[in-house]
Amino acid sequence: MNLTDLGLGPARRALGRREFSARELTLAHLAAIEALNPRLNAFLLVTAGEALAAAEAADAALARGEAGPLAGIPLAIKDIFCTKGVRTTAASRILEPFVPPYESTVTANLRRDGAIFLGKTNLDEFAMGSSTTNSAYGSTENPWKRRQDPAARLVPGGSSGGSAAAVAARLAIGATGTDTGGSIRQPASFCGITGIKPTYGRCSRYGVIAFASSLDHPGPMARSVEDCAILLCSMAGHDPLDSTSVEVPVPDYAAACNQSIRGLRIGVPREYRVDGMPAEIEEMWRSGLAWLEDAGATVHDVSLPHTKYGLPTYYIVAPAEASSNLARYDGVRYGLRVPGEDLIDLYEETRGAGFGAEVKRRILIGTYVLSAGYYDAYYLKAQKIRALILKDFTDAFAQVDALLAPTAPSAAFAEGEKTEDPVTMYLNDVFTVPADLAGVPAISVPAGLDADGLPLGLQVIGRPFGEETMIAVAAQLERAASFTALPALRAGSPTI
Amino acid sequence: MSYHIEGRDGPWEIVVGMEVHAQIISNAKLFSGAATAFGAPPNSQVSLVDAAFPGMLPVINSECVAQAVLSGLGLNAAINLRSRFDRKNYFYADLPAGYQISQYQEPLVGKGALSIELADGSSREIGITRLHLEQDAGKSLHDQHPSKSYIDLNRAGVALMEIVSEPDIRSPEEAGLYLRKLRTILRYLGTCDGNMEEGALRADVNVSVRRPGEGLRTRCEVKNVNSVRFVMQAIEAEAHRQVEVWEAGNEVLQETRLFDPARGATRSMRSKEEAHDYRYFPDPDLVPLTLDPAWIEELRSALPELPDAKKARFMAEYGLSAYDASQLVAEAPTADYFETLARGRRAKAVANLMLGDIQAALNRLGQSFAATPTFTSEAVGALLDMIEDGTINGRIAKEVIEEMEASGEGPRAVVARKGLCQVTDTAAIEEAVTAVLARESARVAEYRAGKEKLFGYFVGQVMKAMGGKGNPLLVNETLKKRLA
Repeated sequence: MNLTDLGLGPARRALGRREFSARELTLAHLAAIEALNPRLNAFLLVTAGEALAAAEAADAALARGEAGPLAGIPLAIKDIFCTKGVRTTAASRILEPFVPPYESTVTANLRRDGAIFLGKTNLDEFAMGSSTTNSAYGSTENPWKRRQDPAARLVPGGSSGGSAAAVAARLAIGATGTDTGGSIRQPASFCGITGIKPTYGRCSRYGVIAFASSLDHPGPMARSVEDCAILLCSMAGHDPLDSTSVEVPVPDYAAACNQSIRGLRIGVPREYRVDGMPAEIEEMWRSGLAWLEDAGATVHDVSLPHTKYGLPTYYIVAPAEASSNLARYDGVRYGLRVPGEDLIDLYEETRGAGFGAEVKRRILIGTYVLSAGYYDAYYLKAQKIRALILKDFTDAFAQVDALLAPTAPSAAFAEGEKTEDPVTMYLNDVFTVPADLAGVPAISVPAGLDADGLPLGLQVIGRPFGEETMIAVAAQLERAASFTALPALRAGSPTI
Repeated sequence: MSYHIEGRDGPWEIVVGMEVHAQIISNAKLFSGAATAFGAPPNSQVSLVDAAFPGMLPVINSECVAQAVLSGLGLNAAINLRSRFDRKNYFYADLPAGYQISQYQEPLVGKGALSIELADGSSREIGITRLHLEQDAGKSLHDQHPSKSYIDLNRAGVALMEIVSEPDIRSPEEAGLYLRKLRTILRYLGTCDGNMEEGALRADVNVSVRRPGEGLRTRCEVKNVNSVRFVMQAIEAEAHRQVEVWEAGNEVLQETRLFDPARGATRSMRSKEEAHDYRYFPDPDLVPLTLDPAWIEELRSALPELPDAKKARFMAEYGLSAYDASQLVAEAPTADYFETLARGRRAKAVANLMLGDIQAALNRLGQSFAATPTFTSEAVGALLDMIEDGTINGRIAKEVIEEMEASGEGPRAVVARKGLCQVTDTAAIEEAVTAVLARESARVAEYRAGKEKLFGYFVGQVMKAMGGKGNPLLVNETLKKRLA
């Protein structure tokens, strides 16, 4: 048996029965990382020593029968979660010498429950991107290969591309991600795994390096709905250190996987049928609806009339907040400092050298839309449209219990294919951005392959704090799709 | 007579509005748990939130909100049940996040008013436009190193109330009175200690001038004036400058200026064109602040008696003059001190002694009624009682106070040690009077011939002969009888 093939559920049952130790499980993953990471560049930092120490502690806890729900489970952490004493970069040069003296709430919750952190995963710098090519530390390779063109280096999606690639290639059982415009769901779709963007306020943002505060959603990524549900149980919860965190009890999300969906009303947002969508994605969408009907759900057309304004709204709100959130990287207190003649010069030299092109582009856009004379036309208008987008969802959820749509308008593309033109790149997020703007939960599940043999995801969008229903629907899709395809590059695969 | 600046071609009126930044008294900062004590070693009171570390988030400190609401109630202002925090974006080395969290669109406190009493006894209302919460910045120290600037973040994130007045102020005197009154109210409420030297209260002054009856002309803002006296001087100087500009046929340009106390003049800091674009927007890390009306009522019911009400009560209850009452209520501890002493004593005598000789002695000692080891209310009460029961007279009381000031002793100890008890023995007084009248026979003749002014002289001579200790009433009586 290959230990790296185990999902979270089976692995923790086996650990509980002492079929193998947390140390063995961790060593298997560390070995896989050592073999594959030089090629994939999914991890920016591997913390083998800390991982093994944590594994030994987990084994001791398991032996005492006092193990937490994630005892001994090796995870990958997106390098935007601050981890105490462990370098955290947000894939930016500007944080190059930065070791946080504190731990994010989400990772602290995972540690509390016994999880083992293998290391920090790659991302688009400050989570700005959909390809993980905007990293100051090199791009991450998607472990999936085109049947016809196996040499092409495909992107894993982004911004949580390192986490998605690590989970897909069996370098970790699960991972953390953050979703601001689709950064959990789109890479999950591109890498054939599952990812949950929970309701805004469900997982604390404390210690998560901010991109756009009102849109940043920490969430889990894993190889099954149940695994994501188990991780979400640990990650979620009210946090007094985050004023936007919501005090709502955390239910047993894993139990929701076995809930019947009979009688549930599933909405099909008609505005998500966009011109030029590949036929195989249309086909998969139809299959998904059929699977849910087979399980006793009913399917209904719904309208989210402001969908087409989602991307333009997002590309005003997110850069506006980012331009302010990233002002703190000034070379004065921590991170990179490039000396200057005077203070202004210090800022310009440091920020000029420290930020990549996409980050600079968004800071400029954000500064522009907040400027005197432009604020009303851009930022204020975007906020009003954002309210309308939320109303679209509220109205839809008066008629249906969940929505089903494709996660992304395409399968994974090759590096360089879309990266030249930022607007083409931004279109990747057309189906994911609305749920971020509305703060409603959404999950992406692998549901099929395209003609090239690349995975495609479907997303289920739920009501605010309606994660259980959303998970029940996603689990049904997962069972019906019985997605068993494997990426070419994975632990123990013959191609390496 | 209202205040005017006499120009070349007639009078100018001045229009002043003030923005006062008052540091809130609280144990912790506005959005972090760091402490706020003044004078701590540099960077010893800084949390990761204050230093704007990646991923750190602000969490509102409800103690600061309560203090701001109390201040609003003390200014008879409307408390907004919903308010919101915005980010004011600008880059500076002592502003760690690159933005200040403030309230721009929806402040915590709306319109209110404060009343000031002018020297002529009349009073005026000055409108309060708003009061909002915001964070202070850190401090840049440019004089510690030849080529580097040092940053102290102890003050970064400390809670401030920005209190904005209507442009209702019409003279430097009114501006001074406004600032003093605001300070008094905040000190009564315990929401700001009002210490301008330590920067706990800082004023920005908006000044414009106009011909009587005109609408408003362009204003200039004079920033960071740090004493009441400088506020008055800055307004005077800035108003005169503007009058000169207008009368020379030029335009006053809207700008930010600084007051230089050494030169007694203002100078330009930055023009309107150079003004920052702060790119205000709602802080997405914070939810709107919503208050429970019941909580506000709880705070209202716990409000202390405020200076205006206390003054009115002192006048009604103790029969004090408006002037004395104003003096006594300027600081709450002084008013409390007065009330402690006035219980069972003649209030007017208490007020006179406090505001006269005791105040003078405290000034010389650099002490106050709130904190004086010598002139405690017990000690001054004993002194008042000795005057009242005739143990000493008013003149001896002065001497006792001087002696207390010098030695720190209690009044009874001073009187005993120096044998200052008043002589009420009629035989002794008779004896002294006899001796003085015998010695001064020529003046006695003049007095009897009608030069009645000499009576005071005789009293003085008798008191002198008795070493000042004669009971003045008895001395008077005896002299009258003997000279009749």
